[in-house]
Amino acid sequence: MAEKFDAIVVGAGPSGNAAAYTLAKSGLKVLQLERGEYPGSKNVQGAILYSDALERIIPDFREDAPLERHIIEQRMWVLDDESFVGTHYRSDEFNKPPYNRYTIIRAQFDKWFSQKAQEAGALLLCETTVSDLIMDGDRVVGVQTDRLGGSVHADIVILADGVNSVLARKAGFRPELNPGDVALAVKEIHFMPEETIQSRFNISGESGVVIEMVGKITKGMMGTGFLYTNKESLTIGVGCMLSDFKKQKVSPNQLLEEMKNHPSIKPLIEGGEMKEYAAHLIPEGGYKAIPQIYGEGWMIVGDSGMFVNAVHREGSNLAMTTGRIAAETIIELAEKQKPFSARNLAAYREKLDASFVMKDLKKYRNMPGIFHRNPQFFTTYPELVNQAAHTMIKVDGIDKKTKEREIRNSFTHRRSLFGLMGDAFKMWRAFE
Amino acid sequence: MHIVVCIKQVPDSAQIRVHPVTNTIMRQGVPAIVNPYDLFSLEEALRLKDIHGGRVTVITMGPPQAEAALRKCISFGADEAILVTDRAFAGADTLATSYALATAIAQIAKDQAVDMVFCGKQTIDGDTAQVGPGIAKRMDMQLLTYVSQVDSLDITSRTVQVQRRAEGGVQVLTTRLPCLVTMLEGTNEMRFATMDNMFRAARYQLKVWDRVAAGIEDVSKIGLKGSPTVVSKVFAPQAKTQRAEIIDSESGEPRDLALTLISKLFTQHPAMSEAVVKQSA
Ligand SMILES: Cc1cc2nc3c(=O)[nH]c(=O)nc-3n(C[C@H](O)[C@H](O)[C@H](O)COP(=O)(O)OP(=O)(O)OC[C@H]3O[C@@H](n4cnc5c(N)ncnc54)[C@H](O)[C@@H]3O)c2cc1C
Ligand SMILES: Cc1cc2nc3c(=O)[nH]c(=O)nc-3n(C[C@H](O)[C@H](O)[C@H](O)COP(=O)(O)OP(=O)(O)OC[C@H]3O[C@@H](n4cnc5c(N)ncnc54)[C@H](O)[C@@H]3O)c2cc1C
Repeated sequence: MAEKFDAIVVGAGPSGNAAAYTLAKSGLKVLQLERGEYPGSKNVQGAILYSDALERIIPDFREDAPLERHIIEQRMWVLDDESFVGTHYRSDEFNKPPYNRYTIIRAQFDKWFSQKAQEAGALLLCETTVSDLIMDGDRVVGVQTDRLGGSVHADIVILADGVNSVLARKAGFRPELNPGDVALAVKEIHFMPEETIQSRFNISGESGVVIEMVGKITKGMMGTGFLYTNKESLTIGVGCMLSDFKKQKVSPNQLLEEMKNHPSIKPLIEGGEMKEYAAHLIPEGGYKAIPQIYGEGWMIVGDSGMFVNAVHREGSNLAMTTGRIAAETIIELAEKQKPFSARNLAAYREKLDASFVMKDLKKYRNMPGIFHRNPQFFTTYPELVNQAAHTMIKVDGIDKKTKEREIRNSFTHRRSLFGLMGDAFKMWRAFE
Repeated sequence: MHIVVCIKQVPDSAQIRVHPVTNTIMRQGVPAIVNPYDLFSLEEALRLKDIHGGRVTVITMGPPQAEAALRKCISFGADEAILVTDRAFAGADTLATSYALATAIAQIAKDQAVDMVFCGKQTIDGDTAQVGPGIAKRMDMQLLTYVSQVDSLDITSRTVQVQRRAEGGVQVLTTRLPCLVTMLEGTNEMRFATMDNMFRAARYQLKVWDRVAAGIEDVSKIGLKGSPTVVSKVFAPQAKTQRAEIIDSESGEPRDLALTLISKLFTQHPAMSEAVVKQSA
């Protein structure tokens, strides 16, 4: 009596929606299951949307997708307790359509994307949690949901169930999450009138600004802070490695509270009214943490497969790209009437290896380890850089040459010359 | 048995916010839900169907988006869903709403006679509790309001017994069919939809009725034209400025403090003092 589909997609975030949309558009019979009340009801992101990944799925998405602001200016701040040193990059190129990056609000965006998948023919059931995979030997043949009469069969099951992926862990496709491989991020949305945002950030119309922050705001933990402009609100948040939170015994919301009180940040958010508070994990283990992502009758896409580029804060685009490429692999096999065996699905991994997804993740494969072992990148350096700027800029009757020597001494005093050279080498290795 | 359940899609009041600048209600982005009271009446109707068989039809008058609310009801186990929607209904007050719904229910009855109609006690956005009684009056049905439970239903004698919450206790009332029941909240628990009903709801073809399909001929009785109620002003009440009083006595002893408090209370409320004196006598 159980229904049978060509494909079942678990989850209606960016990866699941990309997969369901692509599969349904090709005419396959797709069932999508989402545990939230509606798609996006439980999802958390900064959120910056990278146009390219979505354009490859829905080329004319700009016509009706709920987009907040297109980003024309990127600020990078290195913060000390009292100050920040920063670079701002603003370009009118970014102010010409088609825009490259947008801020979005995930609850609205996921709803829209899911609507597209449904229009393409995917059947979506919400408030339905997949509790188990149905196995026939080592083959996945369907899913068991938490509802009465809840088993459904399919030729392929795509796990797009996010960073926690209870299913992949239960089935043994993925090991337990390692606290050193995931960041815990908290964020708030503050309501603010459009005109206030425009004047405070020096923008007009629907253009926007992004601020990425590192430094003492994370109290020596490996992590970053961010502040994004939406149409009528600001998003502010901070995230650090889960293992660091455990070690330092700082609570994430305490960290965010202190960050909001930083003298350089406070005036930007002042007068806003808090609308929303959310916390979520981000898989940041990078290349080395990626598990087996396909097998007999199953595939893993998005956060569930640890596809996040933490250095560039890219996640949703990798989610959409892995979802799309997984779907394309299935479509090709279906056209040739080949079974969805592990051997045939290996094409999915090969395609990812050849794409920016794996190339980028591979490039930064040593990054997490290096930052883990060297907390000075998040404490000593931000302090030193800020002190140096302060010394150079303050006019106090001391000659510039003496000031330069003072700065040099402050660096070698805090971190030996040998250590400095070592750090430079580590950074070079991490980014090479 | 044919039961009609009236449901209304309402904004989730728990998530409504007031615009901090303009002070207006921000409905945009607020999720729409089935009026919570209506889920208790739907569940009660489904329980009757479980026991006696028959059919449950849900109906709503509202904008096209109300489709989601109806689909939800199908997933819980309702058999049919009808969306009554027409620009001509815009601006309806409770008089016009109950007229339109009564007419539409009469239209449903042409297909299969309606034995019972269920409404919620009230909605969480309009709060008038007038629509149910309005329908009953127009359809000449027995009316049972503030019902907490349907005790029994006898199909052969066509009688129903319910518990009605009233001031000072619970009334057990019996009446004959057809009747209209308005349900209180918190009286039962909505079932968890089965997988089969989830599939049925996702694929269900709603019946969409415009004014004509709903059998409404007299346009002067619907929408703004049929609505004599005028909302002349909406305002937020001033917070009461009742200040707390700190009571002190010379000694600061608990006994003295209590005596001071009691004498203050008795001075302000002489009736209370008399009652206490009478009681102790
Ligand atoms: C604070 C923060 C800021 C971020 N900022 C950015 C950014 O600016 N730009 C960017 O590109 N990325 C960003 N990311 C990363 C990005 O959010 C994720 O990479 C992306 O959401 C992954 O999409 P996904 O579809 O794989 O998973 P998710 O979006 O997590 O979706 C998984 C879905 O599966 C559902 N689900 C889970 N288990 C089950 C089950 N058993 N049954 C049914 N349904 C289930 C969930 O309810 C959910 O809807 C950020 C993340 C965080 C936490
Ligand atoms: C001048 C005026 C103009 C108005 N204009 C509008 C307007 O343009 N748009 C608008 O949405 N509201 C409008 N309203 C509000 C509208 O009158 C009420 O929402 C509606 O009449 C129902 O009243 P209520 O919500 O108090 O329901 P109650 O009487 O409290 O509801 C009791 C029960 O009746 C049933 N019920 C109520 N409404 C419906 C329905 N529509 N469909 C099915 N069952 C129902 C439900 O079972 C509900 O639990 C207006 C009100 C006034 C006074």
